[in-house]
Amino acid sequence: MNLDFSPEDNAFREEARAFLADKYPKALRDKQERGETLGKEDYLSWHRILAEKGWSAPSWPKEWGGTDWTPTQKYIWSEEQARADTLGILPFGVAMLAPVIYTFGTEEQKAKFLPDIRDGKIWWCQGYSEPGAGSDLASLKTRAERVTEDGQDYYIVNGQKTWTTLGQHADWGFFLVRTDPDSKPQAGISFLLIDMKTPGVTVRPIITLEGGHEVNDVFLDNVKVPVENRVFHENQGWTCAKALLAHERSGIAGVARSKRGLERVREMASTELSDAGGSLLADAFFRRKVAELEIDLRALEFTELRTLAGESSGKGPGTESSILKIKGTEIQQRLQELALEAAGHYGAPFLGEGGHNSGVGPLHSIDTAGDYFNGRKTSIYGGSNEIQRNIIAKMVLGL
Amino acid sequence: MDFSFTEEQSMLRDTVASYLADNYSFDQRRAALKAEPGWRPQVWKAFADELGILGAAFSEEQGGLGGGSTDNMVIMEELGKALVVEPYLPTVVIGGGFLKHGKPAGADELIGKIIAGEAIIAFAYAEPQGRYTVTDLKTTAKKDGGGYVLNGHKAVVIGAPYATHLIVTARTGGGQREAQGVSVFIVPKGAKGVTTRDYPTVDGFRASEVYFENVAVGAEAMIGPEGQALPLVEKVMDEALAATCAEACGVLRQLHEGTVEYARQRKQFGQPISSFQVLQHRMVDMFIQLEQSISMTYMADIKLADSDVERAKGVSAAKVQIGKACKFVGQNAIQIHGGMGMTDEMAIGHYFKRATMIEAAFGSTDHHLARYETLSLGKAA
Repeated sequence: MNLDFSPEDNAFREEARAFLADKYPKALRDKQERGETLGKEDYLSWHRILAEKGWSAPSWPKEWGGTDWTPTQKYIWSEEQARADTLGILPFGVAMLAPVIYTFGTEEQKAKFLPDIRDGKIWWCQGYSEPGAGSDLASLKTRAERVTEDGQDYYIVNGQKTWTTLGQHADWGFFLVRTDPDSKPQAGISFLLIDMKTPGVTVRPIITLEGGHEVNDVFLDNVKVPVENRVFHENQGWTCAKALLAHERSGIAGVARSKRGLERVREMASTELSDAGGSLLADAFFRRKVAELEIDLRALEFTELRTLAGESSGKGPGTESSILKIKGTEIQQRLQELALEAAGHYGAPFLGEGGHNSGVGPLHSIDTAGDYFNGRKTSIYGGSNEIQRNIIAKMVLGL
Repeated sequence: MDFSFTEEQSMLRDTVASYLADNYSFDQRRAALKAEPGWRPQVWKAFADELGILGAAFSEEQGGLGGGSTDNMVIMEELGKALVVEPYLPTVVIGGGFLKHGKPAGADELIGKIIAGEAIIAFAYAEPQGRYTVTDLKTTAKKDGGGYVLNGHKAVVIGAPYATHLIVTARTGGGQREAQGVSVFIVPKGAKGVTTRDYPTVDGFRASEVYFENVAVGAEAMIGPEGQALPLVEKVMDEALAATCAEACGVLRQLHEGTVEYARQRKQFGQPISSFQVLQHRMVDMFIQLEQSISMTYMADIKLADSDVERAKGVSAAKVQIGKACKFVGQNAIQIHGGMGMTDEMAIGHYFKRATMIEAAFGSTDHHLARYETLSLGKAA
């Protein structure tokens, strides 16, 4: 048992670090630091730079643009990105939809969609949750009825999706719809790709409690979708959905990002003063909380490494990913709590639209409350942490 | 032993509750916060005239109704239930507290204006470097002829944008963190040399960074003894803390009740989520936190009349309980609401935001735990 990096791994780390230092757009970094709202182009510009380097879809099969990295190299890459505070590449296309397409899609679908996803040309969104179907995803009601017009087969889709993240920018969306209302909940679902410009698709913003616009309702009113936009068999979309959810959860531990988050909290606390007059990081109560969090993060990191090691011997991300999701999100949330605590009085100012009030208090305190409020979503989405515990109880403990 | 409220206090509670039910719905509040000036002067006017509650905690000689801290507690809890942003705490509890205990010249006249709804006070005590240590003051007040000249920067002064007067802590002597040399002044907000940068807070209030540049005030602006006002500041802040605990009880009640109600009607897997034992136990734990918070708030209110040390211990103990409850109940209210709890549209998130800000108000949980520790166990070795 060892944690040694090979000379090749070290060389790869050097390459990654140099690439990020050289290519990450400065304008984007400045915007991030000021807490400004990021737009579509901000995300896509970085995606395209990665694509040019051939690093926008590391986990994919090599023929479609994957890098064939070892699990160690992937681990190094996520560490280096976090270290450089880069924007993450959006998961919807690259990490969520693409594995469904290259696993279950037709050759035509692969050729049509995968290159554009890899190159950041199309913005994808997810149409899974519905107002009545959150944790109980399989109870979804959005209906797709098959019709034939002029010798062409279509689905006519009606229903409402919700919590569609960044759907306001989306060119296309992947949707779970019910094609057989009479079968068991999981059995009658199909997986459809829908062009968001199709007549009858309406995106309406949901403002979240911290005041941001990140998620949306998507209304589907007699939306006509060609049958060739269905991935995998009719009524077997649940197979795709499950595969996708496993991928969604596997990245959710966010170890590298949380490590960087901890560094930031330490930096912040070393300049903030405690009530005793020393640095906040020297305050007995605060430093204890930081230390506990570091230990918990270390436990998560080694749990993830064990999972990765399991993956490298050929198994997919399994029920371990539920542990990673629970602990990963709890740690992210505790980090946000600590940052807000460290901000003291300057946690209170509301950043406002477009970073309107930036400049009130020190830079590191800006929007710490907003981050904390917004961060509550992580234990709710992607299968709530209660659902993850159910999964472990059932699948691992056999209860 | 008696934990009951007087008939007057119960009537006071009903009066405030019924006014707020009619005039302070979630939507009315939201509309007012989004518009300028970010609060409703007509609500304040109604508090003064229609309800007459601004005098509840002042003596009859001062033109009030003869109540005290318990009346403040009753009112604050009701204000918490409706997430009221109008400045009862800084004006009546803090401003009124300084005027009652400090008895500066002209106190009765200003109290009269508070009761009439004409004077609104904001408490400028925090400074950018000071965290929750009230003696950490860079703001200075230098003697100049018969009066003083103030210079300094006060941080996150809640309610300052709509205040007519500021109560300011400043140093007339001593080193930056010394107990000696702390003085208190009341300054009209329009005084020459006072400038502000105004902004909303995450929980819907308005606040300011307040800058004093050679602000000249007369000797009558001083509240309490020169350089010896720290005990007065601590007393008033303890009263403000007790009142904030009462507000928190109102907020926590709504978080708990709202969550139980939501869990009863939200169905997943073919049944209400309230039928899941894991959520039932969570809601029971929330309820226990609420009950403990109410108990500690009553305790703090009783201890306000005790010796300085007992008062401080009681109030800090209550604030620790309240801080923990605000975190636990607030976070779980959102979690049990699921995605709906994350929306600006539902009231629950707004209660959560207020609860979160109360955690840090007038000192975080850690701050009050440390204060309690020192008072109860002595200084750590």
